[in-house]
Amino acid sequence: MKKIIIYSLKDLLRSNWIYFYSVFFLLTTMALGWMSQDPLKVVVSLLNIILILVPLVSLLFGLMYIYNMREFTELLLAQPLPRMHVFGGQYAGLVIALSISCLAGIGIPFLILSLHQTVIWFQVSSLCVVGVALTLIFSGFAFFIGLRFENRIKGFAAGLTVWLFFAVIYDGIFLWVLTIFQDYPLEKFTLVMSWMNPIDLGRTLLLLQLDISSLLGYTGAVFQHFLGTVWGKIMSGGILVLWIGIPLWGVRRLAKRKDF
Amino acid sequence: MISINGLHKSFGKLDVLQDIGLELATPGVIAILGPNGSGKSTLIKLILGLVLPTHGSITVLGESIDHSYQYRKYISYLPQIARFPDNLKVRELLDVIEDIRGKSRIKASLIDYFGIETFLNNKLGHLSGGTRQKVNLVITFMYDTPIRILDEPSAGLDPIAMVALKKLIEEERKQDKLIVLTTHIIPMVESMANDLVFLLEGSIYFHGAPGELKRKTETNNLEEAIAKLMIRSGTPIIQSSANTYGSLLNPKMLKE
Repeated sequence: MKKIIIYSLKDLLRSNWIYFYSVFFLLTTMALGWMSQDPLKVVVSLLNIILILVPLVSLLFGLMYIYNMREFTELLLAQPLPRMHVFGGQYAGLVIALSISCLAGIGIPFLILSLHQTVIWFQVSSLCVVGVALTLIFSGFAFFIGLRFENRIKGFAAGLTVWLFFAVIYDGIFLWVLTIFQDYPLEKFTLVMSWMNPIDLGRTLLLLQLDISSLLGYTGAVFQHFLGTVWGKIMSGGILVLWIGIPLWGVRRLAKRKDF
Repeated sequence: MISINGLHKSFGKLDVLQDIGLELATPGVIAILGPNGSGKSTLIKLILGLVLPTHGSITVLGESIDHSYQYRKYISYLPQIARFPDNLKVRELLDVIEDIRGKSRIKASLIDYFGIETFLNNKLGHLSGGTRQKVNLVITFMYDTPIRILDEPSAGLDPIAMVALKKLIEEERKQDKLIVLTTHIIPMVESMANDLVFLLEGSIYFHGAPGELKRKTETNNLEEAIAKLMIRSGTPIIQSSANTYGSLLNPKMLKE
């Protein structure tokens, strides 16, 4: 499997898209850093960009990669290798390449900024953790969709739907439900709902680190009350890990019985 | 060496292969022929474990291939479409394969044989189709496996490379290897194949030596024999293509 990871990394790290992705984060982080003197605001703005962009890029770039590799994957599967090593290796290669690109794009500007101003390193690294977790989750979805749909157009449509659902539609439904049932106690419901969407989960985890949960009102206090405890943190972290596992479990099931 | 029993494969409602029984026990060149969509590639992919059977079993060198991958070290496969990671160099691609299958003793001589040494440092995305096919051939012939499976080996090759390939296969036949190939180029089959498997709509329509086929169809020419086989089986392919050409050549249509 290690060999497959190394070759996919070699191939991916020469892709122009990976550099483009990195440079985008680099410029955005630099710009945000120069424009705002409040380090907290920089992290929050960056968080909002990461929450939208990382899932989208992971899905689309992942799908592009899978579809481009289609024939080569076939050749690899005809070699004396277990199927899961081929897919595991390609997934790991993709995730590592995207993560490196994202981390470099965020990390380098903060290193430069730290020469002139204070950088809240703990929050920045939490931001990076959320970015990597989202990369892992949505690259997994990309692999699942790529295996499920042979047709590229259908695959990309499915990828965009998944992204739209988690990034936009879910929050819409969530808010709509909250306004309808606003007379009832909804704290626990809210908590559970935020676990059911990895993007929301990433957002809550990070906002709590930033200690601005008071901005979220009463629900924020409930969040803080629960998620602020060690148990709450372990549980949310665990659910984020579970989210990484869900698409991979699907990939495993599909890959085992798929015809190439 | 390869034994197939009661093999059935369907994709959804479409039955691609039905009740295939095939014993490829003696070394030599076996050509799998048949019109487009007759299930040639599917049969090959079933042997490689790329496609999983709906029913039936396949054994390779006495070992069932079900849930196994080790048996593939006895097989080298030439895929029909030669597409590789665009950003890798030819040299690196060969290294990937060597990483997986172990060092090849004849890599250098094969690179020389197919004349791709000048492309070794080129990225695969920049190569022409024919050159990619040569790289594909080097990968396939790099290992001394008892079984070779070649899916359309001649695709995109220039005449020189084609002659080189034929010579190589001829050489390998003498080494008691089993070479399974699909092709549409009948002269290639005629000069090389010991055995023919003719697939039609997912079943084996004929299996035997080329001479036997000629005798059966009462022709001296393999191309004709195969054409006769298709016509006799009432396959719509010939008729429909005749119709298509007929309508294309219809002078009325041209005027309009």
